[in-house]
Amino acid sequence: MITLEHIYWLSGLMMAGVAIVNWRDRSNPRRLNNTAFWGIYAITFLAGSYLPDLANGSLVIAMVLVASIRGLGQGKQESATREEREASARRWGNKLFVPALAIPLITVLGTLLFKKIIINGMPVVDVKQVTVISLGIATLVALVTGMIMLRPPLLAPIREARRLLDAVGWAAVLPQMLAALGALFAIAGVGSVVSSLAQRWIPLDNPFVVVTTYAVGMAVFTMIMGNAFAAFPVMTAGIGLPLIVQKFGGDPAVMASIGMLSGYCGTLMTPMAANFNIVPTALLELPDENAVIKVQIPTALMLLGANILLMNFLVFRR
Amino acid sequence: MLTLIGIVIVVIGFVLRINPLLVVTVAGLATGIASGLAPLEVVAAFGKAFITSRYVAIVWLVLPVIGLLEHAGLKERARAVVAGLRTATASRVLLAYFAIRQITAALGLTSLGGHAQMVRPLIAPMAEGAAENQYGDLPQSVRYKIRAHTAAVDNIALFFGEDIFIAIGSILLIRGFLDQNGIHVEPAQLAIWAIPTAICAFVIHCTRLLLLDRKLRAELAQQTEQE
Repeated sequence: MITLEHIYWLSGLMMAGVAIVNWRDRSNPRRLNNTAFWGIYAITFLAGSYLPDLANGSLVIAMVLVASIRGLGQGKQESATREEREASARRWGNKLFVPALAIPLITVLGTLLFKKIIINGMPVVDVKQVTVISLGIATLVALVTGMIMLRPPLLAPIREARRLLDAVGWAAVLPQMLAALGALFAIAGVGSVVSSLAQRWIPLDNPFVVVTTYAVGMAVFTMIMGNAFAAFPVMTAGIGLPLIVQKFGGDPAVMASIGMLSGYCGTLMTPMAANFNIVPTALLELPDENAVIKVQIPTALMLLGANILLMNFLVFRR
Repeated sequence: MLTLIGIVIVVIGFVLRINPLLVVTVAGLATGIASGLAPLEVVAAFGKAFITSRYVAIVWLVLPVIGLLEHAGLKERARAVVAGLRTATASRVLLAYFAIRQITAALGLTSLGGHAQMVRPLIAPMAEGAAENQYGDLPQSVRYKIRAHTAAVDNIALFFGEDIFIAIGSILLIRGFLDQNGIHVEPAQLAIWAIPTAICAFVIHCTRLLLLDRKLRAELAQQTEQE
């Protein structure tokens, strides 16, 4: 059976390759920092499941120190010039889209089909993680297709991965780090402290005020945690169920559904949701790391207002 | 109250623009210590949480093949395809992507998109190419604005499409949570009540996208005046 662990090995090998390419690149004045950063990250993928927690924690702290004390650098961009790329684009034409579009298509197909393929009573992939595993397999198929089609030097993919990953830099690790922070918040009980504060300070005897508090609270708490899934149990147990459902007789399905979507409005406005808001600024080479958030804020606020009104009309409709 | 110290550290760190990795690590360690764990226990808890969250980083596996294709001219080709469509504008490219992304997400096909695999190599060059068609060479600031909008479209269309699909993670989480509290709802009920917000998101954001062409034109006119 293919499990998440195998995909982690793949990621670890890629990160190790990136570290080695960095180590050999003398055009980058901070090449040793880059080597250490991606090298340690590779270890967390290859050996993380087998190391004790304390060792893993120390590796993470070492990575953070490497990235923040002297920082990471970038080698000279060794990719083709614009003229070369345009000539190559004319030569290959729309065939270039085939491997690129294969990634999402195979991921979707894998998600749908892998669940149904069973050999010797065992599914071929771990069904609980089918999307992530399908994505890993899809990238591998796309890479093989691309290699057969373009016939580049054997090491070209890892050099290109290095170029892109160094352009993203430490931001590549931020989403994972924030997920870890969320877990620590949960251990420490940050959520219940926040909801007890909200209950103490806000007048909650009017249904409109309660609904507004719940929706805004979902958005704000999501902005703090970076994730609506972390905010939902806290706000719903603290305000939604006792007040909207039990006190005012609201419909729990409407409350929960629109409540979650109010949390998503918060996701659009926070740097804590790094994989949606900060990573793309690095990928798109934008100088302002808040550029995506700034574009999203007007839509997020209007939509939060719409959610408050919708919940008011729909939750008490009976 | 001391448990909230992590939130304070994160807010201060982001405002002062200190390296976010450092800020998040310090916030995590401080939160753990404030909740009464010993320092080494906190490091271990942080390490464990980091390791169990590795699935977040699987998306980087797309980089070798995307880099390879970019080297072979993928972005240039995406631009050229749009250049062949005379009616394409930045707004229309983004509108089309919004509609496709939201509808496919509503059908559960949330993997048909993403910043590393779709936005950077395909959609952003297409939107930029469409704007170049209309206005010729673009200043960097306009390119940055178009790219930021492309990333925003991917996020907004995904967030407000996916909850219409009954087997998506958030619906399962809601259902599990309500079940624990003795309230039974069917996934279909939850999914139906996500539709009004999805329609609002489409109307609000697509209106903004329709206005984007006009805004870009104004910005470009202003820049030529200054020169």
